[in-house]
Amino acid sequence: MRVRTLAVALLAGGLALTACGKEGSPTDPGTAPSQQVESNVTVDGSATFEKMKGRGKVIVGVKEDQPGLGYKDPTTGKFTGFDIEIAKLVAAKLGFNSDQIEYKAIASQGREQALINGDVDYYVGTYTINAKRKDQVGFAGPYFTAGQDLLVKKDDNSITGPDTLKGKKVCSVTGSTPIQKVKTDGLTEPENIVELQNYSQCVTQLEQGAVDAVTTDDAILKGYASQDPSKFKVVGKPFSNEPYGIGLPKDDKALRDKVNDILDAAIKGGDWQSVYDATLGKSGSTAEKPVLDRY
Amino acid sequence: MSAVLFDVPGPRARIRHRLYAVIGTAAVVGVIGFVVYRFWVTGQFSAEKWSWPQYEFVQLQLLSALGNTLRAFAFGALFALLFGAIFAAGQLSDHKIIRVPSMLIVELFRAIPLVVMIFMFHYGLSLGAPVYSVVVALTLYNGSVLAEVFRAGVLSLPRGQSEAAYAVGMRKSQVMRLVLLPQAVRAMLPAIISQLVVLLKDSALGFLITYEELLNEAQRIGRAFEFGRPLVPVTIVVGAIYIAMCLLLTWLATYLEKRNRRDKKVIELEKKPAEDVIAAAV
Amino acid sequence: MDVLLDNLDLYGPGFLNTVELFLISAVGSLVLGTLLAMLRVAPVPMLRATGTAYVTLIRNTPLTLVFFFFTFAFPLLEIVTPASFGSAAAYYRNAALAALILYTAAFVCEVVRSGINTVPVGQAEASRALGLTFGQMLASVVLPQAGRAVVPPMMSTMIALLKNTTIAAGFSVFQAGSISLNLSDRGESQLIGLLWIALFFVVLVTPMTLLQRSLEKRWSIAR
Repeated sequence: MRVRTLAVALLAGGLALTACGKEGSPTDPGTAPSQQVESNVTVDGSATFEKMKGRGKVIVGVKEDQPGLGYKDPTTGKFTGFDIEIAKLVAAKLGFNSDQIEYKAIASQGREQALINGDVDYYVGTYTINAKRKDQVGFAGPYFTAGQDLLVKKDDNSITGPDTLKGKKVCSVTGSTPIQKVKTDGLTEPENIVELQNYSQCVTQLEQGAVDAVTTDDAILKGYASQDPSKFKVVGKPFSNEPYGIGLPKDDKALRDKVNDILDAAIKGGDWQSVYDATLGKSGSTAEKPVLDRY
Repeated sequence: MSAVLFDVPGPRARIRHRLYAVIGTAAVVGVIGFVVYRFWVTGQFSAEKWSWPQYEFVQLQLLSALGNTLRAFAFGALFALLFGAIFAAGQLSDHKIIRVPSMLIVELFRAIPLVVMIFMFHYGLSLGAPVYSVVVALTLYNGSVLAEVFRAGVLSLPRGQSEAAYAVGMRKSQVMRLVLLPQAVRAMLPAIISQLVVLLKDSALGFLITYEELLNEAQRIGRAFEFGRPLVPVTIVVGAIYIAMCLLLTWLATYLEKRNRRDKKVIELEKKPAEDVIAAAV
Repeated sequence: MDVLLDNLDLYGPGFLNTVELFLISAVGSLVLGTLLAMLRVAPVPMLRATGTAYVTLIRNTPLTLVFFFFTFAFPLLEIVTPASFGSAAAYYRNAALAALILYTAAFVCEVVRSGINTVPVGQAEASRALGLTFGQMLASVVLPQAGRAVVPPMMSTMIALLKNTTIAAGFSVFQAGSISLNLSDRGESQLIGLLWIALFFVVLVTPMTLLQRSLEKRWSIAR
């Protein structure tokens, strides 16, 4: 009997809570340039494009936990960042406005599967182009070039680059390229390698002092550092080359060529630069324009 | 309850017991006090770390995550009960060709850790969306345990039940379906429900393959910089939700058992196999 | 076979770590669980309530959440700082052990308690009437009888503990459950890799199950 009263009380409490929910965000996401939407776009022979058209909207796979790149505001559910703006740009040139985009947050481990299953039309989320992945999915781009770097605590001056990691605890995501590099290059002892499910978990561990450094692409790390500049800093000595591409279904060459054309125009025109300046560029760093790698 | 071990206390024992109670209370209050103190000192009660439940979007996300947990539980429970009933019948079959494979399958799925099964379906066989892997793995594991529970239930029924059913001309499948299984289910109800509690808890393993369930939502809120990374508060809240859900299920079990006891149609079994099974359900 | 032999450097330590995690947390949870069971049968209501509260809370919480708490939330309370551990592996392993021991202890406690409760009251009354002390009664009358009811379900609990060690895969503890995640980096088939891991558990668990069954059968006749 008491349990029932408790349940009712909980339920009532929950409802009361929902009724007076706060809206809006305590942080300002900033404004990004809006893209001009093309009309009457055709992509001959692209099954994916036909699917988007039939549906009347695009489903884009993105990251949700990388500030500055692909980030879902936990208070409003809105997506912001460089990858998001690139996704919007591509959608606009394919004839879809920003209300016709549905974002789907997909973590690194699930990317290939989501494209193979057709859960998403394309994927924009710190997706490094490499040969192994090309066996499973297609890539347009690169639209950005990142490099593996290190995130450390603000007051830590003992870590200055990959050669100073010996004896330090290093965190990255299970099965990711950066953790592979730490292992194969023997940057630190095997017992000091920490593998978690996503970079945010690594960052909380860094904050608690459970690890000394988080390693992945500098673009991702800069996002965390700019979110909390009083606690973290990026070492700033990239030690790899990570070209980010837009993931597409493997056999859709028509769409791949179209997206490459869109990126080409954006890079040569001013769109790419203005998107960069409105997102990643806010930290003050500059980036070189990428060179497309068509195949 | 503890009448086995202790006699009715005399005057001196009563004083001693009171002393124990005081020491025990002091120890418990001390431990809880210390933990609360640590919470306080490290700012876990700060307004910033508790601001997240106020946002409508966070509430909706939590609700949808709760819905996903319940969805995995509902499908998992339904399929596991079906799987259990089918394989319990298979294990009790008169034909070796059905009995032996049923037993092997049940033993196999009981021996493989749920995590390994979930990985196998998700990464090995690429079943697609995480929810499928979670539900299939929950079904196979809990279904196998339930098959054992049903089988024990059927075996614990008096032989007169099946003999009488055969005597009125029922076929084997009818005896199992109409006479034995329904009674076994009633007799084993506490064990079945406690296995369902296990299933509900195990749905949290979906966290490992990024199924958007309650624990996954907890880590999403917990890592949010905007709320001061409220890992401790969010663990407490989500833990309380899980405990409340499981207690409701358990309460349902006790309620049903009480109602059962009033019901004259239920056969009082000589030995109660249920208790051991419940105690061992991890 | 190739997947196993080519990656023995993963499988060997992985399986060893699983066994080690299991053994340490088995001993830990048996000790803590027995202590809790003593609380739950104590003649002092206050102590009984403490034991009951612990068991109710823990038994209704998912083990994954307990892992989550110890790995990510507990260090925030700054009772033990992660930096005080020599290596990262040592810290995450201790967090996993804490989760496994505290969780399993609640189940061990229930098994022991229900075992003691299976002994008829008359047995204890008779021994008291014969003038046995409390210790003598426990040692020669209650525990030998309770043991028969305790051992088989206790083995189920321990089998569950062995399988539960794989949850540590999501919390940076390298053991059998995390082998497959590392295999995918090497471009090996995850499915075959996982089948070997499954076989490892079948080989470990089946003898335990068979022993449990035979004990259950033998002792149920003797009662």
